[in-house]
Amino acid sequence: MAISTSTPPDGAPGHTLPAGDGTGEDGLRRRTLLHRLDVRGAPYAFVAPFFVVFAAFSFYPLVYTSWISLHRVELSTLNVMEWVGFDNYTALWDDDRFWNALINTITIGVLSTVPQLMMALGLAHLLNYQLRGSTFFRVAALTPYATSVGAAALVFTMLFERDFGMINWMLSLVGVDTIDWENNKWAAQTAISTIVIWRWTGYNALLYLAAMQAIPRDRYEAAAIDGASRWQQFLKVTVPGIRSTIVFTIVLSTIGATQLFGEPLIFGQGPNGITGGADNQYQTLGLLLYEEGWKNYQMGRAATVAWAMFLLLIAVFVVQQVVRRVLARRA
Amino acid sequence: MDKAQRKLRTRAVAAVSVVSALGLVVGCGSSDSGGTGGGKKDGKVTITMGLFGVMGFKETGLLDTYMKEHPGVVIKADVAGDEQTYYTALQTHLAAGSGLKDIQGIEIGRAKELADTQKDNFVDLADVSGTDHFLPWKQSQVTTKDKKVIGLGTDIGPMAVCYRKDLFKQAGLPTERDEVAKLWEGDWSKYVDAGQQFKQGSKDDKVAFMDTSSGLFNAMIYGHSQQFYDKQGKLIYASNPVVKDAWKLASKAATSGLTAKLRQFQPGWDPGLANSTFATTVCPAWMLAHISEKAGPKNKGKWDVAKAPQGANWGGSFLGVMEKSPVKKEAQELVAWLTAPEQQAYLFKKIGNFPSSQTALEMPDVVDAKSDYFSGAPIGQIFGAAAKEIPDEQVLGRKDGTIKDIFSQGLTLIEAQNKSPNDAWKTTDERIEKAAG
Repeated sequence: MAISTSTPPDGAPGHTLPAGDGTGEDGLRRRTLLHRLDVRGAPYAFVAPFFVVFAAFSFYPLVYTSWISLHRVELSTLNVMEWVGFDNYTALWDDDRFWNALINTITIGVLSTVPQLMMALGLAHLLNYQLRGSTFFRVAALTPYATSVGAAALVFTMLFERDFGMINWMLSLVGVDTIDWENNKWAAQTAISTIVIWRWTGYNALLYLAAMQAIPRDRYEAAAIDGASRWQQFLKVTVPGIRSTIVFTIVLSTIGATQLFGEPLIFGQGPNGITGGADNQYQTLGLLLYEEGWKNYQMGRAATVAWAMFLLLIAVFVVQQVVRRVLARRA
Repeated sequence: MDKAQRKLRTRAVAAVSVVSALGLVVGCGSSDSGGTGGGKKDGKVTITMGLFGVMGFKETGLLDTYMKEHPGVVIKADVAGDEQTYYTALQTHLAAGSGLKDIQGIEIGRAKELADTQKDNFVDLADVSGTDHFLPWKQSQVTTKDKKVIGLGTDIGPMAVCYRKDLFKQAGLPTERDEVAKLWEGDWSKYVDAGQQFKQGSKDDKVAFMDTSSGLFNAMIYGHSQQFYDKQGKLIYASNPVVKDAWKLASKAATSGLTAKLRQFQPGWDPGLANSTFATTVCPAWMLAHISEKAGPKNKGKWDVAKAPQGANWGGSFLGVMEKSPVKKEAQELVAWLTAPEQQAYLFKKIGNFPSSQTALEMPDVVDAKSDYFSGAPIGQIFGAAAKEIPDEQVLGRKDGTIKDIFSQGLTLIEAQNKSPNDAWKTTDERIEKAAG
């Protein structure tokens, strides 16, 4: 194959470009070059799609967000940016709403993650028994996860409605007074956690179940021979056997909890959803970001919240790594 | 397979993957560069519209009528249910310069912001023929400083008080709409007094006098020409006596248990209408359609409409044409037609959106309109009279919509979270500072 063969037009004086027809010394060198490129270069080409997409959709936005966060800029006039340095960050640090949102994120995170993982563990343990129709139960456990956040949150919003909601109606049957789920801080956070728990318990249970099935049966048999009860078997065999999976689900749930957004937004509905309640009683960091960016249209401040969340996630990740190391060493 | 062939294949795969990865990246940048979806093709003109809420054009078949009368025109209308979502998307599209429609709806709370910051993106509609029939204040709301008109008015929201005759009766209050109007004639504080009377006389303590105090607040401030901003665009809500008075009275209503502690158009309000948990609500004309739909046939004839203590305007929208549209002329004609007196009168008859056209206000369809659902109330007369009381000048501000939401939330703090009016005011003040400062 010839790559560059060029002959000057007739009568044109002068030079000829170096020509190669692929058989001479030139060609040989080129072929080895191509071969080396092939061997060395091809793997990079194969992984390129991910990194190109990563660069375009993750890295670039990250850098751009940090650039925006140093400016005062409004959504409708993105081309007009005013440099403010780290003002947005100091303002965020001094902003009560940020700390309120941070604390809410943590409390809702704990309220939803802890019961969720406990229940998932129990559910997985039950599913791990020889059950008739176990496939049905496993699929059923996964159904809430397949439901969209929007649909789930809407249904729960109706259930938790103050005057005509089903939950208050049921509570009234046992003599509990009407609870204003939305306007009471802890009631609202509990209600939102319920949506999260409902959606994710089955998903985590299946993760645990998969890990449990990898535990050799004979360990249970040995434990049974030693006289261990079901409960003791669960504590001494099952839980240690799936420890790494538990850590994994904790990491996943923590990330999910930090980014909690859809459930509270829809739970509040309208302007109250965006601000996480009239008193910001259930505003999470995700909602604060949304409020700054898409209600106040202050992109700089929204970007600052985004970066704060990002740093927070990294901090959480580091803490978890440390905890994991310490636990592993002790084990 | 020999070695060379295999190598060739590897290379091909590599090339394809690199190209496709690049394609992904490039693809994002080059998608429709500034079009608005409309255009001319094969002798047909396509016009796209972005609308929100129940503006009625699509719902009542007006767009179909237009297409029938103009066989060469195809109209595609996207209707977003929620105005907040709609406006956010519109802002994003304006900033990006893509994804816009030929015609975009503009809510009154956003009119000033768009007129201030985006007027270059809108076609000047000042000289479109046959559009000199609007109420003068309506047109002035979308006129920029340099006399450019960025939209034509659709409806306005003159206000009245919708009330339940049966509930008034059981509380010992008059039920006839003229007598009811006399209860609070001339002063909103008399409306709250009537609430006290209602509360004392009511035999059912599950029924509140009004749905929410924020309705009262809105009604009070919108009866004045300046609310949150002054003419120079300066924030004056904190010192404006109009806002102060409205806040005082609304928080008085909120703290004395006269409200059902609901939020309008949010969960709980609709079932409240259906299950009669409140006896009155301050209602702009466009709210009648919502009430009759949600309160349902079983409450037909129990509702009535009485004149409000003071005329005010709550809501109303505009239609603007985008400068980028390839079918500007056709879009302008469509907008002029949709906002023409005949169509406005038709919409009022169909769904209760009150005309912003002076000509339409005098049409028999409007003047003689009665509502079956609301005990045959002469809504054309009641709202028409209210429309005449609306101040001739209404100063809009950039963040009017947002500030109104923040005030509603501030009143919720008092109503449902038992905060003191002073604390709630402080919180509201701080929030406005953050949102609009």
